[in-house]
Amino acid sequence: MNADPVVGRAVPRRDGPAKVSGAAAFTAEVPVEGTAHAKLVCSTVAAGEITGIDLTEARSAPGVVAIMTHHNAPAMRIAPLLITLRGASFTRAPVMQDARIRWNGQPVAIVVAETPEQADHAASLVRVSYALAEARLVFDDLKAGAPQPDHVQGEAPAVMIGDAEAALRAADTRVDQVYRTPWHTHCAIEPHATTVAWHDDRSLTMWDATQAITHSQATLAEVFSLDLENIRVVSQFVGGAFGNKMMWSHQILCAAAARLAQRPVRLVLSRSDVFRVTGGRTRTEQRVALGARADGTLTALIHEATTTTGISDGFAEQCTFPARVLYGADTFGIDQRVVELHTPANSSMRAPGESVGSFALECAIDELAEQLDVDPLDLRTRFEPAAHPTTGKPFSARHLLEAYRLGAERFGWAERSSAPRSRRDGPWWIGQGVATATYPYTRMPGGRASVTVSADGHATVRTAAHEMGMGTATVQAQYAADHLGLPLDRVHFEYGDSRHPAAVPAGGSAQTVSIIASVVAATRALTAELLRLTSSDSPLAGAGTDDVELRDGGIYLRDGGAGQSWPDILRRAGRDELTGEGAASPPTETAQHAMHSFGVQFCEVRVHDVTGEVRVSRWLGMFDTGRIINPRTATSQFRGAIVMGIGSALSEETIFDERTGRVLNATLAEYHVPVHADIPPIEVAWLGHPDPLAPMAGKGVGEVGMVGVAAAVANAVYNATGRRIRDLPITPDKVLGL
Amino acid sequence: MIVINGTPHEIAITDPRRSLLDHLRTDAGLHGPKKGCDQGGCGACTVLLDGRRVLACLTLAAQADGRTVTTVEGVGRDGDLDPLQEAFINHDGFQCGYCTPGQVCSAIGMADEVARGVPSRVSPEIGAASFDLSPDEIRERMSGNLCRCGAYNGIVAAIEETYVGGPR
Repeated sequence: MNADPVVGRAVPRRDGPAKVSGAAAFTAEVPVEGTAHAKLVCSTVAAGEITGIDLTEARSAPGVVAIMTHHNAPAMRIAPLLITLRGASFTRAPVMQDARIRWNGQPVAIVVAETPEQADHAASLVRVSYALAEARLVFDDLKAGAPQPDHVQGEAPAVMIGDAEAALRAADTRVDQVYRTPWHTHCAIEPHATTVAWHDDRSLTMWDATQAITHSQATLAEVFSLDLENIRVVSQFVGGAFGNKMMWSHQILCAAAARLAQRPVRLVLSRSDVFRVTGGRTRTEQRVALGARADGTLTALIHEATTTTGISDGFAEQCTFPARVLYGADTFGIDQRVVELHTPANSSMRAPGESVGSFALECAIDELAEQLDVDPLDLRTRFEPAAHPTTGKPFSARHLLEAYRLGAERFGWAERSSAPRSRRDGPWWIGQGVATATYPYTRMPGGRASVTVSADGHATVRTAAHEMGMGTATVQAQYAADHLGLPLDRVHFEYGDSRHPAAVPAGGSAQTVSIIASVVAATRALTAELLRLTSSDSPLAGAGTDDVELRDGGIYLRDGGAGQSWPDILRRAGRDELTGEGAASPPTETAQHAMHSFGVQFCEVRVHDVTGEVRVSRWLGMFDTGRIINPRTATSQFRGAIVMGIGSALSEETIFDERTGRVLNATLAEYHVPVHADIPPIEVAWLGHPDPLAPMAGKGVGEVGMVGVAAAVANAVYNATGRRIRDLPITPDKVLGL
Repeated sequence: MIVINGTPHEIAITDPRRSLLDHLRTDAGLHGPKKGCDQGGCGACTVLLDGRRVLACLTLAAQADGRTVTTVEGVGRDGDLDPLQEAFINHDGFQCGYCTPGQVCSAIGMADEVARGVPSRVSPEIGAASFDLSPDEIRERMSGNLCRCGAYNGIVAAIEETYVGGPR
């Protein structure tokens, strides 16, 4: 412990100087001796068989080193799915093992050449012919009778409590609507990049832009039948990930091509490859039906969602999760369905499930509030459950009502006009909307860390964790400084390398707490080790780990007792340093309790009367995510998630040609992520009440900030214009009713 | 010959199609300018060519012949960060850091445009000698630089702190 804790302080990012000066080297910039460069050749059809690949011209192009197709690719096993935590893949589709085409954009050849330009040119000379098969591409034709998945993120695909349809029919007031969200693409500004160097037939190093170092290592071990310890994965700086930088075919192909070429190979995806070779967030079609009594109690909550997967994939996006946790109701009818399409595998994208699921649920709540003529925030307070509404578990901490109250005061919600189309400033209609946010607390099993103390009084924490911009190195150093009782500048945090103890993937807003739990275990092992080194004349002689506390750079008996500094213990034992390593305890905190982050999003929009343009003019997000370790980096996480939510609300849509299955807008010019001009000052605030069951009393902050954003915008657009838009994105044509 | 960050570089441009971005990254070994899309859509490759901001991916290396290029590596002075770079850190104007070199270079070029009286879509008066660097002006003029982490508020705050009242 630190007498003057650094947890809770707005400490600047440790990698700030490197990032603002251009010194930070991202994966495509790491020098690797003798590297050749690769380019993918991708299918231009969605389904069928490759009938021929003519490499004549490509082979004779300047600089070509090797070309791999399914004819000469080595046998590679199926990559383990991320959800199993034995790998990091979103798809079980074989990689270049057969002639079958499963989506438009599937790699069918990889060309390796001396320079990237030579690889690009040679790839353009590869001639592939196909026998077309009928492709599953039209969601609307295939959604009827779509099957239930085996599970939704490990939960039951359906939850039926009472007869929700009967309760809906009998309700005094009903909302029964269908909401749609399109396919989204993550669009991290750094395109995926990977470099693989084989050291011999059985060992390799992969530099990769990834958020799953340990699980990429495991994937390569399985795919290439290698021993884990012979695979090193390095990923120091990642230029944004958002759920997409897991294991896809390109890393596997790069590794196979490097073996074929007998030299290191670098593969950097082009921007259009990012859209087509990797997968984004599934489109969704969601029915939400709510039944209420005149007094405003909820008698029926129905949320039925149909999402898509690629062929041979296994990820049912958990859109119905908010409906399972947010509101008390007499009956529930929750059901998820999945349509297999010939598209890239859908993947996790910031707040998978909750972000798009909350769009449907939170718009429907707004519609119900209007029918009941009740303020939408008031109505939500009436639905506040005493315990988890569909599992009955008590919540470890849930302060949503307080968030509603404080958020409403801060935003000035009481001054909102509830009548739609009632406030105007020149050509701009003004409206305000609100929506609730929730995201599950997760601590993934399997994380390890080591803590090394040295005779010069410094400590180094090591784990194979990830820094994609969340502030990992900064916040973990803060936590470790307090936990070890050291000044912050004496604590170092090393990450981004599978040579460090294994880490969980950076996903599910789980990395921070998962690392903390492993640092706790490592520190305990280190303390036990240090106590063993103490001499018999030490005040610590005979003490156990439970008898001591870490403070002031050493170990001391509890309650202000005597002790020794680490340098003292190490010097007397003749050691320069000592390391303790430990595995995080199993995440049992969720066994008996429902643990979630919560929040509420308040939004003001201005909608142009003539053009239908929607501008977000004001935002407040009020969050209940437990204790905050670093207000500066947490604020950026919340804001960043809200920005991505505004993109999903107003502009983002990956368009597939339903005839060919090809992404039509595979560029940053045509897939519209929010720009500076789209984003007003975003105010974020949090309650900061500790969650008693979470390590450090904190819950994840990376994803809950995106939940409810699109709904708050849609509800504000309704308040401004009187138009309900249930189909994202809310583009001017829809606002104008064209 | 291109003067890159104050140093003349005599690197042969063997292929006339080579972009300034590839020239800087591959031939000059500067990885500050980033390749986010290679087609002018993201702004991550923004550098200063004779002091004016350009997208290095849409500029031919040959066009820079005999001119001066400043990348993010050349923005600071005497090994210190520029006040703008310090402000990016202090306002947390980045997360992953990939778009940051482009944002920094773009902001420098933008401040110069404002000082020179180049109007934007939101400028109140076309033909004015100069403009106030309001947050709206900053947002409008910086919209060619995407930040998917959504650090826009911090970036605008950093630019405001550095340039409002004139460049330091």
